[in-house]
Amino acid sequence: MQGPLIDTLVRQGVSRRTFLKYCATLASMMALPPAAGLAMAEAMAAARRPSVIWLPFQECTGCTESITRSHSPTLEGMIFDMISLDYQETLMAAAGHQAEEALHAAMKANHGKYLLIVDGSIPLGQDGAYSCIGGRSNLEILKEAAQGAAAIIAVGTCAAYGGIPKARPNPTGAVSVSDIVKDKPIVNIPGCPPVPVVMTGVLAHYLTFGSLPDLDDKGRPRAFFGETIHDRCYRRPFYDQGKFAKTFDDKGARRGWCLFELGCKGPVTHNACATAKWNGGTSWPVESGHGCLGCSEPDFWDAGDFYKALSVPAHPPTSVVAAPVIGATAGAAAGFANRAKKNAARKARQPITVADLEK
Amino acid sequence: MSASLDKVAQTLKGVIDAPIASYFESCVHCGLCAEACLFYTETGDPKYTPIHKVEPLRRVYEQEFTLLGRLKKLVGLSKPINDDELDQWQELVYDSCTLCGRCSLVCPVGNDIVYMIRRFREGMAVSGHVPDGIRSATKRTVEIGGPMGLKWPAVANVLRKAGEATGVTIPVDQEGADYLVLLSSMEIVNYSEYIEALARIFNKAGISFTVASDAFEATNAGIQIGSSDLAKVIVSRIVDAAERLKVKYVLSPECGHAYMAIRWEGPNLIGRPFTFEVVHVLELLDELRQKGVLKMKDTFKDPLILHDPCQIVRRGGVLQAPEALIRQVAENYIPIADQQKWNWCCGGGGGASAIHTEEAEALRARVFQIKKRQIEEAGVGTMVTFCANCRIVMEEGLDHYEMNTKLLGLTELLAEHLEPVDVNSASALP
Amino acid sequence: MNELQFLTWVRGPGLDIAVGIFLLGAVWRLFEIYTLGRRKDLAAPRRAAGASGLHTVFRRSLPPHGMLKRAPVSYIGGYIFHIGLAVIVFLGAPHIMLIASLTGLSWPGLPAQFIGVATVMTMAAMLAMLVDRINKPAKRFLSTFEDWFAWAATFLPVLTGWLAVQHLLLPYTTMLALHILSVEILLIVLPFTKLFHVFTLFGSRWYNGSANARKGVPV
Repeated sequence: MQGPLIDTLVRQGVSRRTFLKYCATLASMMALPPAAGLAMAEAMAAARRPSVIWLPFQECTGCTESITRSHSPTLEGMIFDMISLDYQETLMAAAGHQAEEALHAAMKANHGKYLLIVDGSIPLGQDGAYSCIGGRSNLEILKEAAQGAAAIIAVGTCAAYGGIPKARPNPTGAVSVSDIVKDKPIVNIPGCPPVPVVMTGVLAHYLTFGSLPDLDDKGRPRAFFGETIHDRCYRRPFYDQGKFAKTFDDKGARRGWCLFELGCKGPVTHNACATAKWNGGTSWPVESGHGCLGCSEPDFWDAGDFYKALSVPAHPPTSVVAAPVIGATAGAAAGFANRAKKNAARKARQPITVADLEK
Repeated sequence: MSASLDKVAQTLKGVIDAPIASYFESCVHCGLCAEACLFYTETGDPKYTPIHKVEPLRRVYEQEFTLLGRLKKLVGLSKPINDDELDQWQELVYDSCTLCGRCSLVCPVGNDIVYMIRRFREGMAVSGHVPDGIRSATKRTVEIGGPMGLKWPAVANVLRKAGEATGVTIPVDQEGADYLVLLSSMEIVNYSEYIEALARIFNKAGISFTVASDAFEATNAGIQIGSSDLAKVIVSRIVDAAERLKVKYVLSPECGHAYMAIRWEGPNLIGRPFTFEVVHVLELLDELRQKGVLKMKDTFKDPLILHDPCQIVRRGGVLQAPEALIRQVAENYIPIADQQKWNWCCGGGGGASAIHTEEAEALRARVFQIKKRQIEEAGVGTMVTFCANCRIVMEEGLDHYEMNTKLLGLTELLAEHLEPVDVNSASALP
Repeated sequence: MNELQFLTWVRGPGLDIAVGIFLLGAVWRLFEIYTLGRRKDLAAPRRAAGASGLHTVFRRSLPPHGMLKRAPVSYIGGYIFHIGLAVIVFLGAPHIMLIASLTGLSWPGLPAQFIGVATVMTMAAMLAMLVDRINKPAKRFLSTFEDWFAWAATFLPVLTGWLAVQHLLLPYTTMLALHILSVEILLIVLPFTKLFHVFTLFGSRWYNGSANARKGVPV
């Protein structure tokens, strides 16, 4: 464990002024009042870095990659110096028994107080054998680690909702963290991978206020997941005007028109990509000319073709060929029956006489 | 189901065809047909909505010819038609529907509602749920020869008198004549001036014509009661006479339903096309007018409006002739807003004028108000028409409202102002 | 089931079922109705200019003589609602795409704001017609459960589509899924209710027009 954060920052040559500016930016991104920026700075500066344990389950390591590829390495590195990252398989130097020992020591020493970060889904199939670390299934590891956690942050769509392993037919029986843990506060930070600053924003909130940020009904921080991509997209005027790119290199595409027709799932996707963007604000999928995949939504892998617009069938309807044929056959049969009935009635009918007119 | 209801179902099953099915499936309950029907517009009673008048037919269609209807019937969820219902519907189908056909002109989805009512009457007729007045008129027509029970000797008498009055002998049973002339009992009894007018005009034009002693009656109560069987019996008399006398044309008189019966329903009733042509008297008169034969010696001066009988104009297709003819003879003809095929019914067609219950007569008097308004808005004292039934019904209406309007027949008016020809000179007989 | 799964279902199996029932039902019913046939008219026809089945198919879309004054709501409301619906369905970009995905045909659409205006006008017209159906004696007298149901089945797709685009009532994904579901319900009931007039009105106008044309009367 190291001393207050501000000492580390000074050691790394970051001025207090820069640090204050960073906190102000973070606060405004989370739509917090200006005073919060100052509060964050003071809290983080004095913070005794809490223990953070990062457990990777059935994942691709993309979330780790994303978080480390963030704004300016120095600053994000600082954020990681703000916390005591006691266990992170990709970043830590230790391996094997030493790593396991570090994990259990941290859990014991900080029982009830550490933040548990999880990425990757938890497979339930074959008693959890599909994903094991050190001979133990992810399920077992999670249950044990969750017991002593103050809160759990499920990073990435896999941890938050099951992600790609859960896609049909879900051969490993993958489930999300919140499917397993029911008695601890869980923050879902979905995305495949998630936007780096979202992650750090949640951590900063926790360090400043000692609590988790306001969450929506899917456990996502409202500050970053409260709006859809569509409602923040800079190409929205083209959608409203009806100007769509029809292929990836046509006139519309080159003019930066809306990508709805090329399958953009922006309207049904909640995330911060359109505002926070990626790679230090360089760009994001739509700006680069590819429609949003909807990667921060549950079950987005099973939500139909990525390149089929929301208003068209997810899968081509198979009934269009068979249905009219069956209809025609049934109809023809009904027609025959009708005509037979009508003709029989006409044949059987006796012409009426004046006498029949009496009641 | 009683035997009678069985027959109703059987009859209706036989008349339902693709048009009727299409019409029922298209109806969206917009109620616009009611706005075109004088029985609704003048009473405000929605039960007179035309499509409602055929509701029992719709149920038969649904229960017999649609899969869902048949399934409903199978599981007992559908209501078969019953006697009480047919009793209730008698007023709707006969008293308050004159087969005028305005509804068919306005339905936005294109339903030919008057066609449906005509077909539905087949089922009503077979069950006996028909008004007494029309039943007896039909009985008389089938058994005696005409709806008023006129027999040939009486008719021959009238013809003789007309011959005397005009100086033109009216030929009877003459083989090889060009025109077989039909008459309606109403004309023979109430408006025999029409016969005299015809005689004069035919003589002037040099047309060869005849009346048949066994087929003088033009009206067809079978059509009105809605029985194709009886209508066939009645119309066959005319067809037989026409073929026997080898005429080229059969002339339909100034009677709306007569024209509909012989011109449009006739061949379909007997099951084969006619070997002669059917001509409405006004069509013939217009032809003569165009040939220059119908010269007027003077014109009728009083301002007048025209009443277009439904069965001749809107339902019969004689659209242009009436106005052309009235303009020939009248100086002050005032076209009304709802003219020609848009005209409003006199309220007595379709057999309605034969119903003499208190309620029916009160209803006819009520709906006559639309004609009353037409006359008053035009500010005229004369109305001309060309259907004997319209005349008698409207005379009753004018009487009821104590109006002084003169009601004239078009053919008579033409004959009155026709340039005379010397009957003793060799007329242009072919 | 979360809202994205709901949306994926209505875009997938739901649409499959609805389109299937719609096509099957429509084709079957057309056969069932029109195979009844009609007997040949043996009377000698009279021809008149402007009188034919085809003429009536088009002409009957206009208010007949004197009728507009008698029932203005029926006609004006009817026009606004039908034309509005056509504008929304055939000139709204997401809908054009749907048609393109099913048939290969596509054409330019109108900007979203125009469609929004058309939607509001359509809903207003439909509400006016609902009120008229309650107020007008003939309409009220004729109306059965099916009439109210058909109104709702037609109104809900317009309403839910508008609510989705306007981000009202429920979150977008759910509202969009409800919109597509409401369209599917409409498709399923269409062949079996008075909504089938969409197809049969052509036949009905044709039969009426040709029967009267034979007599020389243009209707």
